[in-house]
Amino acid sequence: MELEVVWFVVIAFLWLGYLFLEGFDFGVGMLLPVLGRDDTERRVMINTIGPVWDGNEVWIIVAGGATFAAFPAWYAGLFSAAYLPLLFVLLALIGRGVAFEYRGKVESDRWRRAWDKVIVIGSTVPPIGIGFIIASTVLGLPLDADGNRVGSAFAAFRWDTLLGALAVTGFSLLHGAVFIALKTDGDIRRRARRLATAILPVAILPVAAFAVLVQVRHGSDWTYASLAVTVAAALVAWWRIGAGREGQAFAALGVAITGTVVTLFGALFPDVLPSTLDAANSLTVHNASSGDYTLTVMTWVAAFGTPAVLVYQGWTYWVFRKRIKTSHIPAPHTAQQVSS
Amino acid sequence: MEVLELARWQFGITTVYHFLMVPLTIGLAVLVAGMQTAWVRTGNERYLKMTKFWGKLLLVNFAMGVVTGIVQEFQFGMNWSEYSRFVGDVFGAPLAMEGLVAFFVESVFLGLWIFGWDRLPKRVHLACAWAFSLATVASAYFILAANSWMQHPVGAEFVDGKPTMTSIWAVLTNNTAMAAIPHTVAGCFAVAAVFVVGIAAWRLWRKRGEHDEHRAVWRSSVKLGAWTGVVAFAVLVVSGDFQGKLMFQQQPMKMAAAEALCETEQPASFSIIAVGDVADADCESVKTFTVPALLSFLAEGDFSSEVKGVQDLVGEYQDKYGSHYPDDPALGELAGKPVDYVPNLPVTYWGFRIMIGFGALSTLIGVATLWLTRGGRIPGGRWFPWMALGSIALPYLANSAGWIFTEMGRQPFVVVPNPDPSGVDGVWMYTAMAVSRVSEGEVWLSLVSLTLLYVVLGVVEVFLMAKYVRGGIESVMPAKVASRLGTGGDGGGSGSAGGSGGSDLRGGSEGSRGPRGSEDGRDSKDTEDTEDDEPLSFAY
Repeated sequence: MELEVVWFVVIAFLWLGYLFLEGFDFGVGMLLPVLGRDDTERRVMINTIGPVWDGNEVWIIVAGGATFAAFPAWYAGLFSAAYLPLLFVLLALIGRGVAFEYRGKVESDRWRRAWDKVIVIGSTVPPIGIGFIIASTVLGLPLDADGNRVGSAFAAFRWDTLLGALAVTGFSLLHGAVFIALKTDGDIRRRARRLATAILPVAILPVAAFAVLVQVRHGSDWTYASLAVTVAAALVAWWRIGAGREGQAFAALGVAITGTVVTLFGALFPDVLPSTLDAANSLTVHNASSGDYTLTVMTWVAAFGTPAVLVYQGWTYWVFRKRIKTSHIPAPHTAQQVSS
Repeated sequence: MEVLELARWQFGITTVYHFLMVPLTIGLAVLVAGMQTAWVRTGNERYLKMTKFWGKLLLVNFAMGVVTGIVQEFQFGMNWSEYSRFVGDVFGAPLAMEGLVAFFVESVFLGLWIFGWDRLPKRVHLACAWAFSLATVASAYFILAANSWMQHPVGAEFVDGKPTMTSIWAVLTNNTAMAAIPHTVAGCFAVAAVFVVGIAAWRLWRKRGEHDEHRAVWRSSVKLGAWTGVVAFAVLVVSGDFQGKLMFQQQPMKMAAAEALCETEQPASFSIIAVGDVADADCESVKTFTVPALLSFLAEGDFSSEVKGVQDLVGEYQDKYGSHYPDDPALGELAGKPVDYVPNLPVTYWGFRIMIGFGALSTLIGVATLWLTRGGRIPGGRWFPWMALGSIALPYLANSAGWIFTEMGRQPFVVVPNPDPSGVDGVWMYTAMAVSRVSEGEVWLSLVSLTLLYVVLGVVEVFLMAKYVRGGIESVMPAKVASRLGTGGDGGGSGSAGGSGGSDLRGGSEGSRGPRGSEDGRDSKDTEDTEDDEPLSFAY
C-alpha cells in the first residue's frame, strides 16, 4: 500500500479514537446539570472521567499534528478555511480543561457553580465545532486552486455541515449517558441508563442521517457495508442498554461510531478536502501529502508509538475500572478547609 | 491592522503566555518527582509533604500549560497556513512526534499520578511521576527541534518550490537545537528554582517567631531550590555562550541586533546599558558602560575578531535575498515594497539584556536566601519576604525576554536563510508570505477572545496559587489524609511515617496516629471501612 494511503487511514483512526474517547467525556460534561442533582453527584460524574479526559484530548492534538506532518496542504486548507468552528473549539477546550482542575479548589458554591457552567459549555461547543470541521472535510469547502477558501468566514456553516455537527453532538451526548451508567453505581446509574434508553433513537438519528448523506453523495459500494454496521450497532446498543447491559451498549456504540468513521473517510478517499467549486481544486491524498521520506519516517514513529499509546492508555482505564458512587467522594480538598 | 500584524500579535501573545506556564511545569514536575523519590526511598514524611505541597502548585499550573498548548499547534494552520503548506514536510514531523511520543505520555501519566495515590503500588505511582515529568522535557525537545529548524534549516532540500525533508536525524540533531535545548530547559529549572525558594522563604519568615511543625519542609525546599538555581544558571551561561557563537555564524543579523550594532567593529564592544533610542542612526552615542572587545569574544571566542554591523549586513542580505518583496497582491500593502532586513532593534537590544540581567539577578537572590537562612536563621526584616516573593517574577521575565529576542531577532524571516556555506539553498521564507488568506475579522476575533480568556484564567491561576501558598501544608494534606499516612510532627520523621515499605498510601497508617489526625474526630477509624465504600484519597 502506498504510504499516503497508510497515513489517510492513520488519520481516520486518530479521529475515530478521538470521537470514541472524548465523545463520552464531552457527553459527561453536557449531562452534568441533567444527571447531577447535587454537588456530590456532579463530582461523581466528573470523577468518572477525571483520570482520563486529558489523555483522551491528546487524540485531537495528534490528529492535527499527524495531518500537519503527512498532509500539510490538508492541514493548512482545513484549519484556515474552517477558522471559526476551530476557534470556538479551542476556546471551549481551554475553559473546560481548566474547569476540571480548578472546580474543586475553592470551597464555595458560587465558585463550583461557575465552573460547572464552564464545563457544560466547554463540553457542548467542541462536539458542535468538531462536527462542522469533520463535515467540512468530508463534504468539501469552496477552495481555489491554491487550496485557500473563497468567500466568507462562514463557508463552513451550511445545512449539511450542521447535520454533521448534530451528529457528533448527539453521539457524544448518548455515549456520555451510557458511560455514566457504566462507570457509576446507585441512583445516578439508574437515571443515566433510563436517560440513555430514552434518548438513543433521537440522538443517534443525525449520525445515521449524516452517514447516509455522505454515502449518497460520495459513497462507494463497499461503504454500504460500514453504513449497515453503523445502523445495526445502533440498534444493538438500544437493545442492550434497555436490557441494562451498559458495557455491551457502550461497546455497540463504539462499533457504531467506527462504522460511521469508516463510511465517512471511505467515501472521502482519495480526496482529503474536496473543493465545492471545482473538482480540479480538490486536495487528494496524492497532491496534499508530504514526500515519501517524511511519510516513511512518520510511519516508523507511528508503528512504535501508537501501540504503546494504546497499551498505556488502556492500562489507565484498567487501573480506574471501578464504578464510582457518592460514598467514594471525599470531603473537598481545599485550602479554606483549614484555618492556619 | 492587516492580517499579518494581527496574526503576529496573536502568535506573540499566545506563545509568551504559553511559555509562562511551560517552564514552571517542566522544572517543578522534575523537582516533584525528585521529592517523591526521596520520600519513597527514605520514608521521611518531610519529603511527602514537599511532594504534596509543590505537587499541588504544579497541578494548578499544569492545566494552564496543557490547554494553552493546543492553541500553539492549531494556530499554525489557522493563521499561518501558507507557512504550514510550505514547511509542513519538514516542520510537521517533530510536531507530530511531540504529540505521539511525548504529549500522550504526559497527559496519561499525569492522570494516573493525580488519581493514583491509593490505586497504584507506591513505586508504580512514583514511576508515573517520572514518566510525565520526563515527558514534559521530551516535549520541549521536539518543539525546540521544530523551532530551531526555523532559525537554521537543515536536513532538507528545495524541491518543486518547497523544502523536502532528507534527514530526520539532521533535523533532530540540528546544532541550533542542541544548544537551545539545554538553554531552554535550564531556563525552566531556573523558574522552578526561584519559585520554590521564594515561596518556601516566605513560609519560613511568616512563622519565624513561633513553633512551626513544617519548618523542615521549607528549609529543605529552600536548599533544593537554591542549588537547582545555581546549577541551572551554570548551564544557562555555558549553553547561552554556545548559542551566541552559533548565532554569529547562522544569523549574523540577529547577533548585530542583539547589540544594536550599527557599524562593523573590530574588535566589537558590548554595552551593558543604553540611555536613549538604540535604533537611532548614530546608535553608538546612546550606549554607556561599554566593555571593550566583549562582543567579539561572545561571537567567536576571540577578543579581536570582527563583528558585522547592521548597516553592512543589510547590503549583504539585499544582494542575496532581494531588495523588494514580490509584487504579489496576497502580500497586501507590502507587495513590491522594499524588504526591511533590520529587526526591531530596541526590542532585540533590551530583550537580550533583560534576559541576561534578570536571569543572573534571580540566581543571586536564590543563593542569598540560602545564605540568609543558613543554620536555622530566619531574617526578621520585612524586606526579606518582599525580596523572596518578588524574585519569582525575574526568571519569568528573563525567559520571555529571551524568546521575544529570539523570535523578533529573526524578522523579517519566518524561516531564516542558512548562510553557512554547507547550508540548504533556497530554504527560507518571509514572515509576510507565511500568513493565511483569511479575513481580518477572523483574526481579530481570535486575537481578542484568546487574549481576554488568557487574562481571566491568568488571574484565576495566580489567585489559586496564592491561596495554596497561604494555606501551607495543611491545605494540601487535610488532617484526614495526614493521619492515614501516619503524619505526626516533623521530628517523628522517618520511622513511623508513611514509608515503612507499605505497598500503597495506607501502608504506614496502622498504629501511628498523628496529632492533627486525632483533633479531627471524623477520621481515625475510617480505614477499617470496607474497601468498597472508602472515599478515594483523591477526587476532583
